[in-house]
Amino acid sequence: MAAEVAIDLTKTFPGRAPISAVLKYPLEQATALVLFGPSGSGKTTVLRCIAGLEWPERGSIRFISRTWLDTRSGIRVAPQHRQIGYMAQDYALFPTYTVAGNIAYGLGALSLLERKKRIDEMMDVFQLRSLETAKPAELSGGQQQRVALARAVAPRPQLLLLDEPLSALDVPTRLQLRGELRTLLNRLALPSIIVTHDWAETLSLGDVVAVMGEGQVLQVGAPQEVFCRPANASVAQIVGVETVIEGHVIDEANGVATVRVNGTLLKGLGRYEIGSAVFVCIRAEDVVLEQGETLTSARNHLNGKISEIISHGVMVQVKVDCGFPLVATVTRGAQEELRFEPGTPVVAVIKAGAVHLVPRCEIR
Amino acid sequence: MNWTAIWVTCKLASLTAMALLVIGLPIAYWLTFSKWRWKFLIESIVALPLVLPPTVLGFYILVAIGPHSPIGRLYSDIVGQTLPFSFQGLLIASILYSLPFAVQPFATAFEQVDRKLIEASWTLGLSKTKTFFKLIVPLSAAGLITGTVLSFAHTLGEFGVVLMVGGNIEGVTRTVSIDIYDDVQALNYGAAASTALFLLVVSYAVLLFIYAMNRRVWAVWPQK
Repeated sequence: MAAEVAIDLTKTFPGRAPISAVLKYPLEQATALVLFGPSGSGKTTVLRCIAGLEWPERGSIRFISRTWLDTRSGIRVAPQHRQIGYMAQDYALFPTYTVAGNIAYGLGALSLLERKKRIDEMMDVFQLRSLETAKPAELSGGQQQRVALARAVAPRPQLLLLDEPLSALDVPTRLQLRGELRTLLNRLALPSIIVTHDWAETLSLGDVVAVMGEGQVLQVGAPQEVFCRPANASVAQIVGVETVIEGHVIDEANGVATVRVNGTLLKGLGRYEIGSAVFVCIRAEDVVLEQGETLTSARNHLNGKISEIISHGVMVQVKVDCGFPLVATVTRGAQEELRFEPGTPVVAVIKAGAVHLVPRCEIR
Repeated sequence: MNWTAIWVTCKLASLTAMALLVIGLPIAYWLTFSKWRWKFLIESIVALPLVLPPTVLGFYILVAIGPHSPIGRLYSDIVGQTLPFSFQGLLIASILYSLPFAVQPFATAFEQVDRKLIEASWTLGLSKTKTFFKLIVPLSAAGLITGTVLSFAHTLGEFGVVLMVGGNIEGVTRTVSIDIYDDVQALNYGAAASTALFLLVVSYAVLLFIYAMNRRVWAVWPQK
């Protein structure tokens, strides 16, 4: 049997619409699934059901060959016996224990010597050596996050569940830890399920993305696929970033990075190492379409041809082929005035600030 | 000062406090974490000694442990003695009388433990019992001490229940409060004054200890 995770559950909280998630994806060594959606979409509930902290009234949860929940045959595996690592949004560190005590907390089954070795290992991996005897209240947000992660992975779980792992951090720390988290998950070869409402996090952390909205799983697929080919209007609205394409940073000067995408050069903001792989993300409403060369302050002027026009009522979605597929939205009036049709040559104008670069440290 | 009465009282109060620590913890745990919808029925029963006159409570306990009740008969069959007017009977009565003074601070302390911490402990593989001792108890230490000390202090000063269930037997069931009453009845004001002062000082010291420990909260009466 191929390794996979299969979830099919319904959970109702009194006075709210039921949350029903159907989701199945193959599992490789360190596959990271991102549950992505706006707040209130039910993603945290699904994660808590997988952890065994919430009991759905109907459904089943299977992880590889084990069944954690099956309401039909009455199987209910307690969270204690699922061998999971779980990190809550605010980390839930034990205030009465030190950093080392928190990490040792779940290691009761190990011998004294083994436990000592494991704690040492975690101290090194998470760079907590100097904080060993500190209490959680003395730590910064980023340090707390590292301790919580170390505590969750110390007992060597089969699956790591992270609820908004970065949302409690300030922006610079969040960006730094986003990259570190991805590297770490790969290094630990630990499959994970990550809940987030941030599309950049989704792109940078996820191997598989499940988009959730209004209590349902709307689409499951590779990140790029979900972002560029949303299954329906709801997914498109939740995702909100129509163009996601891989590229490589070829130059960087004064905080402006030049990225090569299929032979086309784009400028975006941010400091990245030259040669690093990134996702180039552009929202359709940030793209201005013009005819003929004009002088603007925008850094990106891309020559292309309209390949497709899709009408959405008052707005029209225009797909432009400019070396890579780019999506723009214009009003119906603009489309008629400029006589946009498939085949019309246009210049797509994008400010560097609207070209979002999400680092993609693909190691495998 | 009647040192025998002080000894009986301290023994009674200590044993009651210890027994309530053992009995009160599971009751408080259940009251805090049970999702049973009729839980309030049990909650009210636990709180009953707060509002009942000690004579009423004492009367029912006396009947319940008397030789005509199943409990009393079972006890005398096993031990060969009867419970009323014995130290053991008095101890049972004290435990019931001080139950809310232990259980309510315990339950309040448990309630203040963040559910997320408990869940984190579960996902780290610790059973509910282990989670209780390794996480919940250390986090609610102040509440546990408050409840134990309060039940000790409350037992020190009990009068009505002692009189109803224990009677007034020198060296067995005559506690400090009854000794003071006897002294006053016998117009022995000097002895009454010194024993009363002793009780006042001890009670004040106990409350000082609790308030100093929980400086930020109104600890004696749990807020709910």
